[in-house]
This record gives sequence, C-alpha cells and structure tokens, in this order.
Amino acid sequence: MTVTVLVVDDSKLARIVAGKAIAALQPDWTRVEAGSAADALTLVGSQHIDVAILDFNMPDKDGLELASELRSAHPHMPIAVITANVQDEIVARVRALNATFVAKPVTQDALSPFIAGAALRLKKAGT
Amino acid sequence: MTDDTIDLNELERDALTELVNIGVSRAAASLRKMVEKEVILSVPSVEIVTRKSAASLIGQRESEALIAVQQQFEGPFSGRALLIFPQSNGLSLVRAIVGDEMEEAELLEMEDEALAETGNVILNGCLGSMANMLQHSLKMSLPDVLRGDSSLLFEVYNRSGEGSFVLFLYINFSVRERDIRGYIAMIMDLPSMEKLKQLIGDFIDRVMTDTE
Repeated sequence: MTVTVLVVDDSKLARIVAGKAIAALQPDWTRVEAGSAADALTLVGSQHIDVAILDFNMPDKDGLELASELRSAHPHMPIAVITANVQDEIVARVRALNATFVAKPVTQDALSPFIAGAALRLKKAGT
Repeated sequence: MTDDTIDLNELERDALTELVNIGVSRAAASLRKMVEKEVILSVPSVEIVTRKSAASLIGQRESEALIAVQQQFEGPFSGRALLIFPQSNGLSLVRAIVGDEMEEAELLEMEDEALAETGNVILNGCLGSMANMLQHSLKMSLPDVLRGDSSLLFEVYNRSGEGSFVLFLYINFSVRERDIRGYIAMIMDLPSMEKLKQLIGDFIDRVMTDTE
C-alpha cells in the first residue's frame, strides 16, 4: 500500500523544499500539494491522505486551524505543523492537537523523526 | 514606466516572501521572550517600491506621526533597515515589555531605549535569518530611534539617493492584548537590490538541486 503525504504551504518554494526532504526520506511515498488550507480540505475530501505536513503562517486559515479540522475528521492521521515561529504557545497548541512541531526551514534532519514515526504508525495500523 | 527597477519573477518573489516570513517568525519568537506573552503575527506582504511610493503607502494608512528604529546593514547587500510604527503604538509596545506598573513619566524616559532594544531584536531576527539562509553575513550597526513623517523616514527629499529602492514589508502584530501594527522597510540602492536578487536566485538553485 503506498502512503500519500499532503504538503500544505502558501509558498511554492517551501512546498518544493518539504517535498524534496520527504522524497529523500521516503522515496516511495506519493506526494500531493496544496497552496492553501481551503485547497487542502478539498483534496482531503476527494482522495485518501495518510500524512499531512502543514505550514503554520498562511493567509486566511492558518496551519493550526487546518490541523484542528483535519484532526477531528482523522483522529489517527500523523500531522506535522511547520513554522519558524517557535513561541511556546504555538508549540503547545500543536502538541494539544496531537500533532508534531517541526521548525522551519525544513531540512531532511528536522523532518526525519516525524516521517519515521508516521511510517511506523501507518505500518502498525496496516497490519 | 521607469528604467531603474527590479523585477522579480514569481519564484523569486515567492522565495523572498518565504525568507521574510521565516525571519519575521523568528523575530516574533524573540519578542515573545521579551514580553512574556504570545505575539500574534499576520502573514507579511512584501513589495519592492521606490522610496517615494513607500512613503506614500505609509502616509495613506497612518495619519499620526511615526516612530522608527533604524539600523544600517552592510554585507553583500547594504542599506538601512527600519522598523516603523505609528507613534502611539511605540509607547504601547514599550508598555507591553515593561508592564503596566510603570509610571507614565518613567515610561517616556525610557521609551527610546526600549524601542531601540526591541527594534534591534526584531530587525536582527529578520535580517539575520534572511542572511543565514542566503549563506552570507550582514554587519548591523547599533539602532537609532527616529521620529517624523514617512517622507522624512524615507528621505524622499534627498536627491542623492534617487536610485534607491525599498523592500517593503507590511505586518500586523499584537502583543499582550494590544494591537500594534508595524512596517519593516529595507532601503537599498539598485546594485544592492540586484545583488539580493542574485542571492535569492542562488538560494532557489540550492533548494532545487540540493537533495541533502
């Protein structure tokens, strides 16, 4: 079963950076992208998504609001919220949603624990 | 319309916005440590304009006098960076940092010092993380506090710097139940702006090719 990972960021460049880190860590995963929370929700409604990686600071709906909507519809989906805004309140809200905080700029090293954890959880759920 | 201008393509603009976004987010995290309360930040919008347009952009939005913290920066691209607030917001920001207990007179006395320190944290956070991601370093001068209208801050009447541009960032932030809106402007001449564009191009190339 292939894993599909959704990357949501209003910056195309940031989506490329995250996409490349994911590709290096999990070359077999299928990657899909959205440029806004609204597009992300449409995508999630129309296809199966296993893992979500969300930018925090986006126009209209931010990554935390999106994470909270995804979380209520998908209680077990591995979700990461990425931001350079490392304020305690934001990190705490990410954790309260049972999501993982990843600092920007996204590197393979920074993303690796989340991706490894997600892969493990999906494998467990699949067996 | 003008001959001396800098055009960024879509990806360069995107990269610049992302660099600024990361810089401002880092700066907010540092500011949070100073005010010990969450700093809420809008998504910054980024534009490259002439000094005259920058002055009128702020002039149209702000009717009251302005206060700015200024720092010179020097490196592969050089210029000056300004953190600009409406004057009354400046005092609110200081209050947010020192707390409500302080007397008005005492507050006014230390306003410039507190603003310079805050501006330094925000501007350094912003420029420093941009410079890091562009893999170059910038030397920053000590901060000064300036007061006046937008044409004064952007030296619209100083003809010697006719060819200079402003990288103009508009952000809203609120601290400790106070709404403070501010602007960050980086004023650079054309060669510096071109150098910045080139470094952004290099950054994009690294992102596109580097698989580590």
